Amino acid sequence: MSIQSNVEVRTEWGIVSARQAGRSLAKKIGFESVDQSRITTAISELARNIYLYAGIGEIIMEPVEQEATPSSPYRRGIRIIARDKGPGIHNIREVMEDGFTTSGGLGAGLPGVKRLMDEFEIESTVGEGTEVRVIKWLR
Amino acid sequence: MQSSIVQMIESQKKEIVDRWQKEMESVSKEFGVDTLNMREHRDWNDDFIVVIFESIDADDGNLKGRFRQFVENLIQHGWSLGYFTKGLQIFRRILLDIMTTGETNLSKNMYDTFSEIENWTDCLTNQIVDEYSGNWENTFQLQQTALKELSAPVIPIFEHICVVPLIGTIDTERAQLIVDNLLEKVIEYRSHVVLIDITGVPVVDTMVAHHIIQSAEAVRLAGAECILVGIRPEIAQTTVNLGIDLNKIHTKSSLQKGIQTALKLTHKEIIDIKK
Repeated sequence: MSIQSNVEVRTEWGIVSARQAGRSLAKKIGFESVDQSRITTAISELARNIYLYAGIGEIIMEPVEQEATPSSPYRRGIRIIARDKGPGIHNIREVMEDGFTTSGGLGAGLPGVKRLMDEFEIESTVGEGTEVRVIKWLR
Repeated sequence: MQSSIVQMIESQKKEIVDRWQKEMESVSKEFGVDTLNMREHRDWNDDFIVVIFESIDADDGNLKGRFRQFVENLIQHGWSLGYFTKGLQIFRRILLDIMTTGETNLSKNMYDTFSEIENWTDCLTNQIVDEYSGNWENTFQLQQTALKELSAPVIPIFEHICVVPLIGTIDTERAQLIVDNLLEKVIEYRSHVVLIDITGVPVVDTMVAHHIIQSAEAVRLAGAECILVGIRPEIAQTTVNLGIDLNKIHTKSSLQKGIQTALKLTHKEIIDIKK
C-alpha cells in the first residue's frame, strides 16, 4: 500500500484540503468514524500551525505498517508528517503545555494532537523549521 | 535546445531585456496598472524575465519549483493570466526579430510572413485566455459571495429564541462574520436564548472551538444565553481528547433538546391541545 499524499499549506484552503486528503486516506485504511475525526482534527491543528507560524509548509500522509515484535503484534496505521521551514520553536516543553499560546488561541493545539494520536514526535530548530511526526494505529 | 541558439540569446541578453521591459510597460498600462504602481510592476517584470531566462536550462531540477513559486506569488497579487501569455508572446517576437536582423532578404521575408501569422493567432489566443480567466474570476467571486450569504443565518423560531445553524468549514473570515451577524441579530430580535447548531461542521479543532467560545461569551455580554447543540458523538470524543474546556457553555446533544431547554428558560411550554 503506497498511497502517500502530500498537501502544501500556504492558505486556509490548504488546511481544508489537507484535512480532506487525511480523512479519505484514514477511511481507506479502515479507521472508524471517531478515529477518522481524531485524525482529521490532528491534521487540522498541525496544518493551522504551519499556516499561522511558518506561512508555508507541507503535510504528508501515508499508511504505515509495523512487523510483530515480542511486545506488540503486527499493526497498521496512518502516519502524518507536518514539515515547515518556519521560525522554529524556542521552547518545545512550553508549547507542549496545555494553555500555552502565542496567538491568543486556546493553547490546546500540540498537546491536543499528542492526545489524539498514538505516537508523537517533534523536532524543531530555531531559524530552520519544525517537523512533527505522528502515528495513529488501527485498533 | 541547440547550444548555438542558447549562445545567441546569452550574447544578446541585454538588448532583449531592454526591449522587452519597454514593451511590457505599455502592456502593463493596457492591464490597468497606473503610474503609481509602475515601479512595483517593473520589479515584477524583472523577476519575470529572470525566470524566462532561467528556463533555457531545461535540465535544472529546481526550475519547476522556482517557476511555480513565481507564478503563485503573482496569482496571490491578483495578476491576470493574459499578462503572462502576452509577456511570453512579446519575448518570442523580440527574439525572432533580433535573430533575423542582419540576415539575408530571404530569411527576413520568412520572418515577416511568420510574424504576421503569429500576430493574427496571438490575438485569438489572448482573447480566449481573457474570456476564460474572466469567466473563472466571475464564478469564483460569485461563489465567494454565495458562501458568505450562506454563512450564518440567525433564525428566530419563537419569541426570544433564535437558532444559528453552522454548516461547512469555518475559517477565520467566516468565523468573524458569524460573530458579527450573530450579535447584530441577537439584539435585533431581542433574543434571550440562542441555539448554535454545529451538526453541519465537519471538524471542530481548537480554532473552531475558540470561536464558538468567544461567540458564546459575546452573546452572554449582549444579554442572551447560548446553547451549543448538534454535537455528534465523534466530535464530542475528539473535543475531550483535544482538551478543550466547554464547561462555560451550555450544551445539548440535539437541536430538539436545545429547544426544550430554551422554552424552559423563557418560561414557555408546548402543550397538546385537548380534542
